[in-house]
Amino acid sequence: MKDEDIVERIQKNPKFMQFVTMRNNYSIVLSILMMIVYFGYILLVAFNKQFLGTKVAAGAMTSIGIPLGLGVIVFTIVITAIYVRRANSEFDAIKDEIVREASK
Amino acid sequence: MIKAKHILGGAAALLLAGAALAAGADLGQAQKQATNWTAIVMFGIFVGVTLFITKWAASKTKTAADFYTAGGGITGFQNGLAIAGDYMSAASFLGISGLVFGSGFDGLIFSIGWLVGWPVITFLMAERLRNLGKFTFADVAGYRFDAGPIRTFAACGSLVVVAFYLIAQMVGAGQLIKLLFGLDYIVAVSMVGVIMMTYVLFGGMTATTWVQIIKAVMLLTGATFMALMVMFQFGFSPEAMFAKAVEVHSKHDAIMSPGALINDPISAISVGMALMFGTAGLPHILMRFFTVPSAKEARKSVGWATTWIGYFYILTFIIGFGAITNLIPNPAEYFVNGDIAKGLKGGGNMAAVHLAKAVGGDLFMGFISAVAFATILAVVAGLTLSGASAVSHDLYASVWRHGNVDSATELRVSKITTVCLGIFAVLLGIVFEKENVAFMVMLAFAVACSANFPVLFMSVLWKDCTTKGAVAGGTVGLVSSVALTIMSPAVWEVSLGHAKGTAMYPYASSAIFSMTAAFAVIWIVSLLDKSAQAAKERALFPAQLIRSETGVGSSSASGH
Repeated sequence: MKDEDIVERIQKNPKFMQFVTMRNNYSIVLSILMMIVYFGYILLVAFNKQFLGTKVAAGAMTSIGIPLGLGVIVFTIVITAIYVRRANSEFDAIKDEIVREASK
Repeated sequence: MIKAKHILGGAAALLLAGAALAAGADLGQAQKQATNWTAIVMFGIFVGVTLFITKWAASKTKTAADFYTAGGGITGFQNGLAIAGDYMSAASFLGISGLVFGSGFDGLIFSIGWLVGWPVITFLMAERLRNLGKFTFADVAGYRFDAGPIRTFAACGSLVVVAFYLIAQMVGAGQLIKLLFGLDYIVAVSMVGVIMMTYVLFGGMTATTWVQIIKAVMLLTGATFMALMVMFQFGFSPEAMFAKAVEVHSKHDAIMSPGALINDPISAISVGMALMFGTAGLPHILMRFFTVPSAKEARKSVGWATTWIGYFYILTFIIGFGAITNLIPNPAEYFVNGDIAKGLKGGGNMAAVHLAKAVGGDLFMGFISAVAFATILAVVAGLTLSGASAVSHDLYASVWRHGNVDSATELRVSKITTVCLGIFAVLLGIVFEKENVAFMVMLAFAVACSANFPVLFMSVLWKDCTTKGAVAGGTVGLVSSVALTIMSPAVWEVSLGHAKGTAMYPYASSAIFSMTAAFAVIWIVSLLDKSAQAAKERALFPAQLIRSETGVGSSSASGH
């Protein structure tokens, strides 16, 4: 079957738009989460340096800003991994199903 | 001594620039050191191996598709390493560890900024790029837009970013090699140019990819070893490491909290935007998504890339603290005239290299020096390849010849462009030798986030976007980002030497205004565009959407 025909059939399938909306919402929610975490950290640096310099415990050397900062790095890696995992399994399965229906 | 001061000045400029920006930061003027044979031999081995790979790659590079995308046969894991190799520059290794060595905490703020663009690419761009594009990111916008104007614009956006980035890398390379290997600046810059051209010219994307992979593995291995040795000294207790660092560092407890890096909130947000969205507009990074066979592999690549880059930044933080605890107690060995106040031998960016010697001896220091050089080669090769593809695929084949060109001719044009870009890079490297080029990387990021990213984003995700809107908005972003960056304190006062307080634009980055302006203009001009062409472009959106979301009809792996 030609690609054009498949495209036309996918376009007529209500599941397709549903899928696109669902996945876009997921991407947007994750992007916003990432922005909140990053810009939150940067604004703490801009506005409240004292807080970031506070020690994690009495007598400790480590300041709160260090585990928080490393936490932002780890969060970035984890949130990316979560998306890739879900997109490569669940989303791809739905997408393959839609394409298969259209190719029949 | 004057030189050491200059390097400190460079570091201060970097800070001022909030130039958190400086992935390929200026490494400052460097003092020529004694010829370092261990490093040269190690580097010779690296060049030998990569040239051998280039020879193998050359036998596989027959068509334009092979040249631009390695035939689309790279796996997600390999591409992830290659992206990391493309992105982790020598300056982010030496610069960030040097910054941690100098002021502790602030280095962490830099690292985070460099990383946060990756999830955005993952969530919004990677898969759509793979499904819509073929060789360059202009293919993506060119899917439904009028090829002439949109590709001309995209090629300009790419070339501007590539040119600024390339100059920063070449000047950094010359300084670094002078420092590490004890070679003359001109010899060093020419060497980088010739080796890089050899990779790209003969091996195209295949050779470039493998150079980047090998470099990434070497850099990650070397940095891991150093970080482990440092942690081992402290029984793997960060607390003990911080305690020792605070005890010996002249700033004492101040290294544990943020310094003067970011003060006003507008600069903070603006720098953050430039880093977060600029990464998604770097042509040499975007190009890497066309080397994998499917959207699935594209996602895997960016997942791996984020993991390696994040891991690497954690290592540089440990390395910076390791440098504090290892080098400061031994001033005779590592500091100018044995005086801590006079700074590290060779300048602040040498912290990681000196630490390599402290934990692994001369042999390991030679290895790290060679890695730093290899790093620059891998980055400039990727930049040159993306510049060449913008000229040959977008300007020559699509705009000039309207797509009526065979693969062999297009390939020949790419190779001619590669040689021109190589010569251009070497010449500019020599011209800018004495300049402070830290701002060049800032400019590259400012343009990437204000011109390339908005056009790409809107063309893919907004159905009413038209060619006129995209070109108008992109141009506004391009011009305003360059203008505002030049008028900012980091360029106007620090680099161009005007009096302090005379900069017309007070913030560290243009992004908050230039990127917003680009989006606004794209939106307004597209809405006002009632032409027949605009109607045609809007009508193509559903088909584009299906292809971008499902990959049906997208450029297949082996390409044709």
